[in-house]
Amino acid sequence: MLVSVYRYNPETDLKPSMRDYQIEIPGGKDLMVLDVLAMVKEQDDSVAYRRSCREGVCGSDGMNINGVNGLACITPLSDVVKNDKLVLRPLPGLPVVRDLVVDMSIFYKQYERIEPYLQNDDPVPAIERLQSPEDRAKLDGLYECILCACCSTNCPSFWWNPEKFVGPAGLLQAYRFLADSRDTHTDERLANLEDPFSVFRCRGIMNCVAVCPKGLNPTKAIGHIREMLMERGA
Amino acid sequence: MANIRTMTFDGVIVGGGGSGLRAALELSQSGYKTAVISKVFPTRSHTVSAQGGITCAIASTEPDDDWRWHMYDTVKGSDYIGDQDAIEYMCSEGPQAVFELEHMGLPFSRNEDGRIYQRPFGGQSREYGKGGQAARTCAAADRTGHALLHTLYQANLKNNTVFFNEWYAVDLVKNQHGHVVGLIAICIEDGEVVFIKSKATVLATGGAGRIYASTTNALINTGDGIGMAMRAGVPQQDMEMWQFHPTGIYGAGTLITEGSRGEGGYLVNKDGERFMERYAPNAKDLAGRDVVARSMVLEILEGRGVGPDADHVLLKLDHLGEKVLNDKLPGILELSRTFAHVDPVKEPIPVVPTCHYMMGGIPTNIHGQALGQNPDGTDYVIEGLYACGEAACVSVHGANRLGGNSLLDLVVFGRASGIYIEKMLSSGIEQQEASDSDLELGLSRLDKLNQSSSGEKVADLRKELQVIMQNHFGVFRKGDFMREGIQKLQAMRERIENPHLQDKSNAFNTARVEALELQNLFEVAEATAIAAEGREESRGAHARDDFTERDDDNWLCHSMFFPDTKTLGKRKVNFAPKTVPTFEPMIRTY
Amino acid sequence: MGMKNMQVSSVTNFGRSGLSDWLIQRVSAVILLLYIVCHSAIILSTPEMSYAQWRELFAGTTMRIFSLLTLLALCAHAWIGMWTVATDYLTRRMMGSKATLVRLVFLVGCIAVLAIYFIWCVIILWSV
Repeated sequence: MLVSVYRYNPETDLKPSMRDYQIEIPGGKDLMVLDVLAMVKEQDDSVAYRRSCREGVCGSDGMNINGVNGLACITPLSDVVKNDKLVLRPLPGLPVVRDLVVDMSIFYKQYERIEPYLQNDDPVPAIERLQSPEDRAKLDGLYECILCACCSTNCPSFWWNPEKFVGPAGLLQAYRFLADSRDTHTDERLANLEDPFSVFRCRGIMNCVAVCPKGLNPTKAIGHIREMLMERGA
Repeated sequence: MANIRTMTFDGVIVGGGGSGLRAALELSQSGYKTAVISKVFPTRSHTVSAQGGITCAIASTEPDDDWRWHMYDTVKGSDYIGDQDAIEYMCSEGPQAVFELEHMGLPFSRNEDGRIYQRPFGGQSREYGKGGQAARTCAAADRTGHALLHTLYQANLKNNTVFFNEWYAVDLVKNQHGHVVGLIAICIEDGEVVFIKSKATVLATGGAGRIYASTTNALINTGDGIGMAMRAGVPQQDMEMWQFHPTGIYGAGTLITEGSRGEGGYLVNKDGERFMERYAPNAKDLAGRDVVARSMVLEILEGRGVGPDADHVLLKLDHLGEKVLNDKLPGILELSRTFAHVDPVKEPIPVVPTCHYMMGGIPTNIHGQALGQNPDGTDYVIEGLYACGEAACVSVHGANRLGGNSLLDLVVFGRASGIYIEKMLSSGIEQQEASDSDLELGLSRLDKLNQSSSGEKVADLRKELQVIMQNHFGVFRKGDFMREGIQKLQAMRERIENPHLQDKSNAFNTARVEALELQNLFEVAEATAIAAEGREESRGAHARDDFTERDDDNWLCHSMFFPDTKTLGKRKVNFAPKTVPTFEPMIRTY
Repeated sequence: MGMKNMQVSSVTNFGRSGLSDWLIQRVSAVILLLYIVCHSAIILSTPEMSYAQWRELFAGTTMRIFSLLTLLALCAHAWIGMWTVATDYLTRRMMGSKATLVRLVFLVGCIAVLAIYFIWCVIILWSV
C-alpha cells in the first residue's frame, strides 16, 4: 500500500511536502491506521506523530486521514483506504510543529476559557453531593469528550476565529458544566458566552458532528447553550 | 551549572496521570510553586483508560459497608504480602478521597437515591469474606478513569498548577549526600534540556506494561520513573508481581473491564461451559484476577480454548440485555465492535489474559517517601524523592491487585504524598544543591544517544525485548526457562544502551524519546526477570511450575531488587495496622 | 483566569451581545419572508395589475408601516451579515496587519450603502 505522509521539520525544511512510503500490509487482519504509521516509523524513524492509549480514549492521534479527521488508532484501513492509497496529514487549521504534530495551544486555551471545572459555592457536604440519575443522564454525551480536536479543526468558524470562537469541543464542555445540576455558576458561565463570537459564530453546519470519533454532538450542545442564553435574556 | 537552564520549584511531579495530578493538586492548593512534567498532555495519560471504577467503602449501594471489609479483601487479594498499615490507610482514607473527587465534579453514575453508583467487582466480600459478594466499586459508567483524569486535570487548571506538557524526564539528579534535588528534562517540542530543581521530586510515572508483547497498557507505559530511580540506585520492590488481566480482547490487547463480569457477564470455554464454577465455586467469575487468569490459561492448555488455534476463551454478555449494556458498559460495546469486530449485545467477546498492571515498583511509606534499605534490613528514607501511583509499591497490592483498587491507590497516595510534602515545605526544608557532576547521569545518556553512529534500531530491540518477556515471564513461570530468559536479557543490555538514533533533530523528535523509553523498559524487564527467578514459590500473580505452592516460611515478604548489584534481597511485610487487629495469613480460596 | 483576558469586545457589532444579533437576524429574516410572501400573493392574484392599483397598494398606512418595518429588517439583517462576514474573512489572521484598515473601510462602505438605500426607500415610500 502507498502511504503518503505530510512531512515538515522546521529545522531542515523550508516548506512542507508529502513523502511516500511503500508499506507491505499483512493479510488476514484489518489494521488500524496507527498500526500502519508504526510500520512507517520502523522504516523512517524521523516521522513524528502523537499516540498513547491506541484504543480511542486518550485523544492523542487525531489527524486527517484520506481527507477526513479521525483518530488513527480506531480507524480501520477498510473504512478509509481506496485504491490502495492512504494519505495522512496533520489536523487542519492549527500550526504544524512537525510532520503530523500540530500546536494545540489555542485549542486548549479555548477549553480553559470556559472554566472547565465544577463551581459550587454551597458548603461542601460530608459525603458526596446528591444527584438524581435523571440529572446525571444529562451529562451523557458531554463528559465523554477526549479533547482530540478532530471537531474544532474541522470547523470553518474555528479556522477563521480560533482566538474568539470557543469551538465545538470547548462549547461541548461549556454545556457539560451548564447542564450539571451540581454547578451553581450558570449565570456567570452564560454571561461569559454572550458576546457575538464565543458561541454565536457557530452556523450549525455540523462538521463537528460528522467527525467526532466518540459519536458526540457538539452542535446540539451549542443549541442548548443558545436556548439557555435566550431564557436568561428574556 | 553546566550550560543548561535551571528552573526551580517547591515540588516537581513527574507524570500527569491520576496520582501525579492528585499530588500536584494538593500542593498547588496550598500555594506552593508546583510543576507537573508530563511526556503527554495530561488527559492522554493511561489513567484515562481505566474503566470499571474505584473501589471504596462509601456505603452507598452497600449501605452498611465497612472499610475494614474492604481492607480484609485487599489483604487477602494481595496473598498476604500487602503492607497492612498501608492498606488500612488506603481503605480508611478512601471515602474522603472519593468524596473530594465528587466535589470536584467527577460525573459518577448514580443510584435512585442520588448517591454514587457502586458495582460488584472481583474479590469483594462482606463481613470479612463471610457475607457473600459485595458491590463496592464506584463507577462513572465504564469510563471511570477518563472521568477521574479529566476531573483532576480540571481541578489543577482551577488551582493554577504549572504544566510542562510534552516534556520528558530523563534522569534524577542526586547529589553527593544521596539527596534527590531535581531532575534533567527535555522539552520534546524544541529539544531544550533543562535542570529542574526542586525540594521534592515525585515520580508518578505509572506502569511499564510495554515490557510485554501483549498488554492492555498504553504505548506510553514504559516505566520511565522506575528506570530513572534504578539508575539513581533506588531498589525496587516486588517486581516479579505482574497482573495479567483476565479479559484483554484477543489479538488486540485492549481491556474489557472486570465490571462486565460485575454486571453479570461470565466466561465460557469452547464447550460453552461456565468453567469458573469449577475453579472458584463461590466467587466464580469474580474471584481474584490472578485466579481467573490462571484458570483461563489452564482451560486453554487443556484444549478447551476457542478459535482455530484454541488459544482464547469467550466473555458472554448478551444475556444482560441491550439496556444494561448501553447504560452500564457503553465503552465496552464500542471497544468490542472496533477491536474484536463483535457486538456484545448479540455475541460473546473473544478474550485472553493480558499483561495489565505492575504491582511492584519504588518502595515507599504511606507518605510517598521513597525507601532504601540498610545492610541490616531496616528502611531509610531517600531524601527529596517520592513516588505514588502504579510506579510506587507502598505496598497495597502485594502479589495481586484487586480490581478498582488502582484508582483508589492513586488518589489516596497521590493525595498523601502531596499532604506530606506540604508539611515538609511548611516546616522550612532547604533546597539541596547539586554540582555539575551530579547532572552527568542524565546528560551523558543524552549525549551518547545524540552521538550514536551505529547500533540497532529501537523498534527491533523493543520487539525482541517484549518477546523475551512474554515467553519467559508470562502467566506461568519455570526456573530453568526464566534463567534462559535472564541470559537473553543480559545479552541485550549493551545493545540497548547503544541503539542507533538516526534522527538527531531537536523539534518534536519522538525517535529520541522512544530510545530513552526503551532503556527504561529494559531496566524494568531485567528487575522483573531477576525477581521472578528469585522468588521460589507461587503467590498471587507469580505462579511457578517448579514451585507450585505458597511458601510462607521463606517468602512471606517483599522481594527487593538492588540495581547496583543486580541482586535480590527481602524486605519485611508490615503486619501491624494501627486500628484493627492483624489479618493473619490464611489459605486463599474464592 | 483566562476568561477575563479573552473576553471578546463587541463594540463594533450591532447589538450589545451575540444573543441580540442572533435574535435580530432571525426576527428580521421572518419579516423579510412575510413581506415577500405577501407581495408574491398579491402579484400572483392580480395578473394584470395597473400602475394605479400598484400605487394604491402602497398608499395605505398598514402597507406603509409594513414596508418600513421590512426596510429596517433588511438593513439590520444586512448589517449583521456583512459585519459577520467581515470579521470572519477580513481579519489579521487572513490578511495580516492591514486587516483592520481594510475591514474598517469595508464596514464604513456597508454603512454608507445601507444608509443611502434606506433614505432612498423612505423617500419613495413617502412620495406615494
